Amino acid sequence: MSVPITCRPDETFVLNLGPQHPATHGVLRVKLTMDGEYIVKAEPVLGYIHRMHEKMAEAGTYAQFMNNTARMDYLHALAYNHGYCLTVERAAGIEVPERVEYIRVITVELNRISSHLLWWAAFVLDLGGFTPLLYAFDDREKILDLLESVTGSRLTYCYFRFGGVYNDIDDNFIEGTRAFLTRLRSRLPRIYHDLVTGNIILRKRIEKIGVVSKEQCRRYGATGPVLRGSGVCYDVRRNEPYSVYPNFDFDVPVYEEGDSMARYMVRMDEIEQSMRIIEQALDQLPEGPIQAKVPKILKPPEGDYYGAVEAARGTFGCRLVSDGTKTPYRLKLRSPTYCNLSMFGEIAEGMLLADALAFMGSLDLVIPEIDR
Amino acid sequence: MSMIEKTREALLSLYPDQVAASDDPEKKEEESAQEEAAAGEERQPGVMITDYMTRGTHLDLLCEADQVVAAAEIMDRLGYFLEAISGVDRIKEKKMEVIYDYNRSDEQACRVVVRAFLPREKPEIPTVSEVFPAASWHERETHDFFGIRFTGHPYLVPLLLPEDADFHPLLKDFKP
Repeated sequence: MSVPITCRPDETFVLNLGPQHPATHGVLRVKLTMDGEYIVKAEPVLGYIHRMHEKMAEAGTYAQFMNNTARMDYLHALAYNHGYCLTVERAAGIEVPERVEYIRVITVELNRISSHLLWWAAFVLDLGGFTPLLYAFDDREKILDLLESVTGSRLTYCYFRFGGVYNDIDDNFIEGTRAFLTRLRSRLPRIYHDLVTGNIILRKRIEKIGVVSKEQCRRYGATGPVLRGSGVCYDVRRNEPYSVYPNFDFDVPVYEEGDSMARYMVRMDEIEQSMRIIEQALDQLPEGPIQAKVPKILKPPEGDYYGAVEAARGTFGCRLVSDGTKTPYRLKLRSPTYCNLSMFGEIAEGMLLADALAFMGSLDLVIPEIDR
Repeated sequence: MSMIEKTREALLSLYPDQVAASDDPEKKEEESAQEEAAAGEERQPGVMITDYMTRGTHLDLLCEADQVVAAAEIMDRLGYFLEAISGVDRIKEKKMEVIYDYNRSDEQACRVVVRAFLPREKPEIPTVSEVFPAASWHERETHDFFGIRFTGHPYLVPLLLPEDADFHPLLKDFKP
């Protein structure tokens, strides 16, 4: 005997996206209330990979926390090294030698390219294109080899030191980087843009999908390519210049449309701008020491300090409260995708599930950075 | 008028009695020079100009807990966005501190810090999530870590900690 299944036309159901789902690239869970294929309400549920980095900071010395910074956004680890270093150097009043600043810019920008390449690969993979991933990983591999030769690691770099870097760059690295830039420059239009950017299937999936307005970005504190894809020209490297960025000539790519395609284009253009910065930095690279004289145990004076850098996903900020001892009294880490994701609920409302996944991919989420 | 000046003036409206006193520019410089000297003493509520090169911020506002919403409305009107909210457990002074970091995305760089102190045994502060939706997650996180209650918050449940968490790990007297 079977009971007929009846369904009211206005009935909704709850769908769990994640915590284990290939499109979330990590352990993110989104509780979706669905009306058929349409999203009525989306609520991201975080914390599946929460490790309490901020508490760990209060348990060791300033130098000991450097390792942790690479384990938040593992795809752009050097920017996090940089943000933390910059804040502590500001607090302790450390002057950084010029060669160090150049090495930092070169490695951070190389890392930014590798991060954007991986995002590109994963994003196209989410939308059903497998082949581009292999091209992007081929190029990314070259960057990992280069960075491995100077930092000693391939992913979670701990390369920066207060007032210096761990290892000097040599001629092999410089030649390898130049060769890589030549290679990527010829491959970008031929493979990346011809194969994917102009592809009609991709365009139909992401054009006019997930439109975010300037005002929404402001209310939710969105930064990085999300903000620049909505027509706001904001880049910490330009608006609050740090390190030696003012010495370089580069553009901040801005697209007005605010859709997933605009965010895609911002990142693709940023790869080119990063290549420009690296070339100029290699040309101007000064000689000099790679480490300033810094006390073994740092004790920044009492007070609170803020430092921000432009990571691949937006503004990474550190708020450091020092009580004059060798351990940070409080270290707040402001991660960019945490804020970028917080508007997901508002934008995804009324979207088709498949479109919401394309939108989520265009936000470039790295979950360990959201959960910290 | 620079954005720093404009913001400072707008924020001074929270302190009607101080406006007249600090209109004089010489006095203002004196104030910022005194900043270092007065570090040891208890700071009075008010707006302070800070040195960007050493602090990383341009303006620093200390206000009462019930003024943070008014401050957020001023910042919203001037086109700022909320970058972060952090808590600090000042266990020695038996206080909690809530720090709001505001920033703007146009070419007039100006970072503003708004801070308020709360009694440690009953940390309560009104929510600013109605002004800036960005605050919703930041406040939930601060509630997770410090147990600070953001009154009026529509959904103050654990965000990063497990949903049944009843501990606040960033308190200085937290025992795991």
